[in-house]
Amino acid sequence: MLKIDNLHVRVAGREILKGLSLEVAAGEVHAIMGPNGAGKSTLGNVLAGREGYEVTAGSVTYQGQDLLTLAPEARAAAGVFLAFQYPVEIPGVNNTYFLRAALNAQRKARGEAELDSMQFLKLVREKLHVLHVSDELLHRAVNEGFSGGEKKRNEIFQMAVLEPKLAILDETDSGLDIDALKLVAEGVNRLRDPARAFVVITHYQRLLDYIVPDRVHVLAEGRIVLSGDRDLALKLEQQGYAWLAERKLAGAA
Amino acid sequence: MNAFVRTLLDAAADVERGSPQWLAETRRAAREDFARRGLPGPRDEPWKYTNLRALESRVPRVGDPDAATRVVDVAGFELPGCHGPRLVFVNGVFRADLSQVGALPAGVELGPLAGLLADGRDSARAVFAPEHAEPGAALARLNAALATDGVSLDVAAGVVLEAPIHLVFAGADAGADIAWHLRHGIRLGAGAEATIVEQHLGAAGAVQIGNLVEQVALGAGARLRHVRIQEAGVDATLVSRTDLVLGAGASFDAVALELGAGLSRRDVRLRLDGEGARADLRGAAVLRGRQHMDAQFELRHASPGATSEVRWRGIADQRARAVFGGTIVVEEGADRSDAQLSNKNLLLSPHAEIDTRPVLEIHADEVKAAHGATVGRLDERSLFYLRSRGVPESAARSMLTFAFCSDILDGIAFEPLRADLGQRLARHLPRMPGDGA
Repeated sequence: MLKIDNLHVRVAGREILKGLSLEVAAGEVHAIMGPNGAGKSTLGNVLAGREGYEVTAGSVTYQGQDLLTLAPEARAAAGVFLAFQYPVEIPGVNNTYFLRAALNAQRKARGEAELDSMQFLKLVREKLHVLHVSDELLHRAVNEGFSGGEKKRNEIFQMAVLEPKLAILDETDSGLDIDALKLVAEGVNRLRDPARAFVVITHYQRLLDYIVPDRVHVLAEGRIVLSGDRDLALKLEQQGYAWLAERKLAGAA
Repeated sequence: MNAFVRTLLDAAADVERGSPQWLAETRRAAREDFARRGLPGPRDEPWKYTNLRALESRVPRVGDPDAATRVVDVAGFELPGCHGPRLVFVNGVFRADLSQVGALPAGVELGPLAGLLADGRDSARAVFAPEHAEPGAALARLNAALATDGVSLDVAAGVVLEAPIHLVFAGADAGADIAWHLRHGIRLGAGAEATIVEQHLGAAGAVQIGNLVEQVALGAGARLRHVRIQEAGVDATLVSRTDLVLGAGASFDAVALELGAGLSRRDVRLRLDGEGARADLRGAAVLRGRQHMDAQFELRHASPGATSEVRWRGIADQRARAVFGGTIVVEEGADRSDAQLSNKNLLLSPHAEIDTRPVLEIHADEVKAAHGATVGRLDERSLFYLRSRGVPESAARSMLTFAFCSDILDGIAFEPLRADLGQRLARHLPRMPGDGA
């Protein structure tokens, strides 16, 4: 589904990703772990198409097409979804209105019929129910005045409504207490599907107790330095990221 | 003396000859004053950002002799909740055939001003009383020389008028450049209440200069709600000046949406004359193309314990220019005044321009006052967030632009009218998705 090959990305003149390669197949959950400053969020942003991220080398192929040439909205219509680490508050834009506009724009781009307000509300109510999200959230402006946990749940709620094929969760666990974390993880697990892939970016192993990954990758200094199964995450948890540096030193010696 | 001034002075001399004696003297003084001062220029401080030089070479016909038979699209007048009294003016001429006054409650007098001029009733005299002597008020003076009609509304003390009074000013293509002048007088007695919906609309291609002057007096405890929807044609120039005086405990709530006219200027002078008076003025100018809108507010706290709030938004796209001037004066003795003024602006294009000048003058004690102005662009992070969910860029820009100014509409209590204005606002933005909301 997703193939990243030797990706180099500069942000504000500084090279952040330095030859990152990663392959994700449909139905899989991949965790990307790594220390702060390793380039984890850069990866999420560059996949979603944020401006200011300059790809200097490498390629990203998504479902057989070159993802990097697509505008952010075209990526969304093609099924790419980024759950933001810091969801933006947008006063004056109603959450429901925004989500319906987004869903219908995606459907239109894919040549599908748009949903009228009754159909849309029905869909939204179903999703709210399974995600244990209060429908009060629908009447508010996008993320405005939301607590950290509410913002993250709103991201997952949007994901549930938009039903992407490739979901990238950028530190969705940061700032969440254990109850909120469980709710978010439950929301993600409900969406696991043989046709859908997840890239879960996280600093801590904790989230992976609830969203069990198929593969775990360690991102350090702009590239994947180590890949393994779930045990790799547990090992990182026990030994910390310093272990990586020691390992590197040992390798050099 | 330029062509424009000469043309209007000639017309003023004719109007003066046809005026009743009590008014002829006022008109003559106004005409002579305009002859002396001419159009305001860049040296007149209040006109610093609005250049009227484009008017100088124009030789408009004053009044449209065929206004009575001009065809206008009456469907354009339909506004939610505005099914009661309606006065319609086309190219500055009252159209009885399009208007309806119907049965009004006892104590309410509403009609065209023209009928009151001949016998010089007090209400007519009051409309022509202000001298507008200050620099920059030359067009208001010109109006005194030329206006022969307008709207007169008197609401007696204690009378509550439920239905909004709908005032429509439509611009129709007269096949030539025209100028029209109207003058309104609105008086609410003590404790009276009324709502006015002022609507301007016009066809593109209707080249005209509209000049409006309005006097508003609110008695003690009176309450006036005012909604202005300005969608004049893009070839129209619209200049309006409103002077308001609020008695003790009176309140004035105004919402304005300035979307139309190629060049428009609006001056609002409001005096909180009585203790505890309250004014809440909100509005947005949403401009594109080469539109230019200059909104000038002066609020004067002249008694203790009065409250005022001004919230104005300017949005300029393409080569448009939005100007705002807001002055709050708290006079000596107007202790415990509360005055808030904010002007937020959005620049949507590198070729657009915003000029803003908030001024605060305080001569009293225990005053709560704040003023602020900002000029910004659309937030890139918000834009990316919307796009990353699939909203196309142009639609995302419209959504954020709408969100920037839609809160001024919250001042309209009647929901269907608020929603209608929201849709008008949305339609004025480029490529707004969906159905408003």
